[in-house]
Amino acid sequence: MNLYYKAKKTTINTLTHLFLLTVAITCIYPLIWMVAASFKTQETIFSNTSLIPRKFHFENYYFAFTKGNFSRYFLNSIFYTVSVVSAVVIISSLSAYAFSRLRFPGRNIIFLVFIAAMMIPVPGSFVPLYVLLNKLRLRDTPLGYILCMINVGLPTSIFLLKTFFDTLSKDLEDAARIDGCSKLRIWWNIALPLSKPMLAVVVILNALNVWNEYVLALVIFDSKNLMPLQRALMMFRGEHVTDYPLLMAGLTITAVPIIIIYLIMQKYIVRGVSGILFG
Amino acid sequence: MKLKPTLSNYVFILPAVVIFTVFYIIPFLFILRVSFFDWDGIGNLNSAAFVGFDNFKEIFLHDSNWWQSIRNAGWITLIALTFQNVLAFLLAAACDRAVKFRNFYRAVFFIPPVLSEIVVGMVWRFIINDVDGANIVNNFLVNIGLGRFVHNWLSDPHTALNTIAIIHCWKGFGWAFLIFLAGLQTIPREFYEAARLDGANSWQLFKNITMPLLTPVVVLVAILTILGTMQSFVLILGLVGGELAGYTSVPVLRILTVMRDSSHFGYACALGINLGIILMAVSFIQYSFSRKARNYLG
Amino acid sequence: MTDRDSVFQDLARRYERLSGVKIDFELFAPSDSYSQKVRAAAQGRNLPDIFGVLSEKKDFASFIKAGYVLDLTPYMDENNSAWRNEFFTRALAVDEFKEGNSYGVKPGVYGVPIDMVAIMMLYNKTLLKRLGLDPERPPQTFTEFLALGKKIKAANLQGLVSGWVELWLVNCFASNYAFNIMGRDKVLATLRGEVPYTDPDWIKVFALFKRMKEAGIISNRVVSMINKTAEQIFASGKAVFAFNGSWCVNVYKGMNPNLDYGAILPPKASDKFPMAVWGGAGSSFVVNAHSKNKEEAVKFLKWLTEPAQQAYLARATNNLPANKQCRYKMPKILKGFSKAVDYSTHPNTWGISEFPIVNEALGRGIQSIILGEKTPEQAALEVQKIKEREMAKRRKR
Repeated sequence: MNLYYKAKKTTINTLTHLFLLTVAITCIYPLIWMVAASFKTQETIFSNTSLIPRKFHFENYYFAFTKGNFSRYFLNSIFYTVSVVSAVVIISSLSAYAFSRLRFPGRNIIFLVFIAAMMIPVPGSFVPLYVLLNKLRLRDTPLGYILCMINVGLPTSIFLLKTFFDTLSKDLEDAARIDGCSKLRIWWNIALPLSKPMLAVVVILNALNVWNEYVLALVIFDSKNLMPLQRALMMFRGEHVTDYPLLMAGLTITAVPIIIIYLIMQKYIVRGVSGILFG
Repeated sequence: MKLKPTLSNYVFILPAVVIFTVFYIIPFLFILRVSFFDWDGIGNLNSAAFVGFDNFKEIFLHDSNWWQSIRNAGWITLIALTFQNVLAFLLAAACDRAVKFRNFYRAVFFIPPVLSEIVVGMVWRFIINDVDGANIVNNFLVNIGLGRFVHNWLSDPHTALNTIAIIHCWKGFGWAFLIFLAGLQTIPREFYEAARLDGANSWQLFKNITMPLLTPVVVLVAILTILGTMQSFVLILGLVGGELAGYTSVPVLRILTVMRDSSHFGYACALGINLGIILMAVSFIQYSFSRKARNYLG
Repeated sequence: MTDRDSVFQDLARRYERLSGVKIDFELFAPSDSYSQKVRAAAQGRNLPDIFGVLSEKKDFASFIKAGYVLDLTPYMDENNSAWRNEFFTRALAVDEFKEGNSYGVKPGVYGVPIDMVAIMMLYNKTLLKRLGLDPERPPQTFTEFLALGKKIKAANLQGLVSGWVELWLVNCFASNYAFNIMGRDKVLATLRGEVPYTDPDWIKVFALFKRMKEAGIISNRVVSMINKTAEQIFASGKAVFAFNGSWCVNVYKGMNPNLDYGAILPPKASDKFPMAVWGGAGSSFVVNAHSKNKEEAVKFLKWLTEPAQQAYLARATNNLPANKQCRYKMPKILKGFSKAVDYSTHPNTWGISEFPIVNEALGRGIQSIILGEKTPEQAALEVQKIKEREMAKRRKR
């Protein structure tokens, strides 16, 4: 009986791991393929489909950084991502806190408008945005782009953080209020630290959004040296000729930082989502 | 309620409201206005013809292409809601049990969502389409003796949409997995142990403990899935390049085509408004439905 | 890198050295993003000094009517039309609006052609030989063409590849055969609404696609191919025929320098009228009418279209120059294309456009025929229905 139980347990464990492993392989495989292709040449990329290139062509990466001016775009992308993400974290947590805790007329209506924005796509908004930024003298400036991207991230971030604040217990805040803390201090000293897990979700979500964005950047920027990384990728996809290995090297360079950000944040993220359930 | 504290409460939402008004509400009002015009998006809007509700009438009475794209996106959404989320749940449940390598799996499953849709589309097209790459899936089928299932997955219009849906799930399941895993880990182990002592089997544990406690998570995942899937289109561009005679057209792709190829900017804006209304209606139904379910379960 | 980017950057640097005027070139790929950008810039009154226009003549007309585009006619005509005479007539025709055009644009030349294109049928000589045919004598008639289907299938090759996920390229192919089967006048009469798409001649055009599918010349795949994919397949020697524009010379050279291929007119389906292919200006530049640097912009464009610069551009990008004085030893294959330019026509020179919605329906209808979803008659009927609705709408306004 004991043996039977043990055997059953081992079988289930093996099957579980087999299942997990299969899915894990399908997740990594395309990525490995992408990296492998980035070391090939335009001639071998279609004929030689093995995963390990016969000869490693590191020059694709060298060309990406020099010819593609990737270092410049790389810094731009990091700058935009950091600015947008920190701004979204501050702005959305402030208003999410207000929607959850503070009372003022119109609270529910305003919140609902934000939520509705998650659902109504505004394709074609590039025209009014462009005209607007032009009037504000923000077109072709980093600030203009950053403000637009903050706006893109706000509704979802506010929604997630508000839901999270709703589940948090108010005891600590009540105690702080009795001690004479201002609302702003309570938000900064108590609510924000407690919501770290959900903030992690907001950070990764917005970082992904900004890092992978290129359409808005194309419309807003004229100056080449302001463009983000994804724009440089589009340049590798030429009008008629595509240099695939160079493109794959570019894709790899683009994908790595965001994967690292995720790996750093991931343990918070799981806690953040748990927070929605049990504060 | 005193006036001053109330006013100071507005300070909290002020930055969000200002940015949102300038960069969302104003463009939205512009789009709303344009949707009543026959405008090509190039000339002066003031000299374009005001057509009242004609654009919307056209959508409802004649535009079968549009409704086909809604059906397609709805189908992908349905597959994502069922297949993707069930898979994500099973993986989360497995990961919740198997303590070994959990962090590894958790890291790996989230790699696809991290990649941009354009990357995913280009890489998968190379992997799965025999026209311009090594069709790994077909090779695999041949190798395991299932050669008769070899197929042009993306260029056969009857399988293209489903193939796209599967790849969409591949890209998206990581999010659902992560949220489910987090949800599962918040359920105190003692609940299960106590129930087991009472003689409950696995199914009963799932039905009586996991399901009710996980309902809010399921609702969150469902809403995010619907909103994300109904508005996605870049993946399709990467995979099949376009609408494939309508078989792979989805709403946003349709809107962009109308805007660009036929220069019907006003009409395209009307389509955007129409999609927004549909999504709001679906989300609202879902929300009230889940509320009822929660009341019933809780 | 965008293929033409470095060439244009180089030309800009040369011009700066020569004249002291700094030129800032920005190339956009893919063209989707450009079409968004240029529309937004137009609404924001922020167009650059020189820009490219969208390919549709109707959109070009809208830009002109909104006052964004400088009328270049005076510059073309000064000094006894010196500048005008530099260009091939067919290249300039694409940027020209003639007296009494249906767009209501003041007659004149509004753009400067930079290069020329022709869209033709290409065949792989090596594969033709392998199929047991004379590589110098590709199929001349549609029947001969279809007869190859069996051999192609037996050799496990693909017949005709082209980026037919893009509707304009499908329409281009159909338009070539419409000219061949019913003649230019009847095609234009159809655009004017005087001949229905359900006319037997049009049904014949639609039926060509069904016949090609049944003969095994094309497969479902052609409908899910972007042109870049089709180019890869043809360049790697997996397909016998391709339907592609002259830009392909540069593309194939990059993909497979050893590819041995020739360019022909699509095999004719009728002897009644001549076959026509689309050709004319490839890219054109226009000058912003509100620009402060109008004169400098025109001067630069004049310099850019001088024979020396045209030759450099053509050589570096394996393209056809728009300047007819340009001496440039072109590769043999390009000569084939340049000859075809003489037979070419282009929708932008017809003086009338089909409704975009009808064009879309036409392309989608043909896609459905290829997929076996619709018969030629059904597709024709649907296109005609949409055409009639649009005509009724226009009459109402």
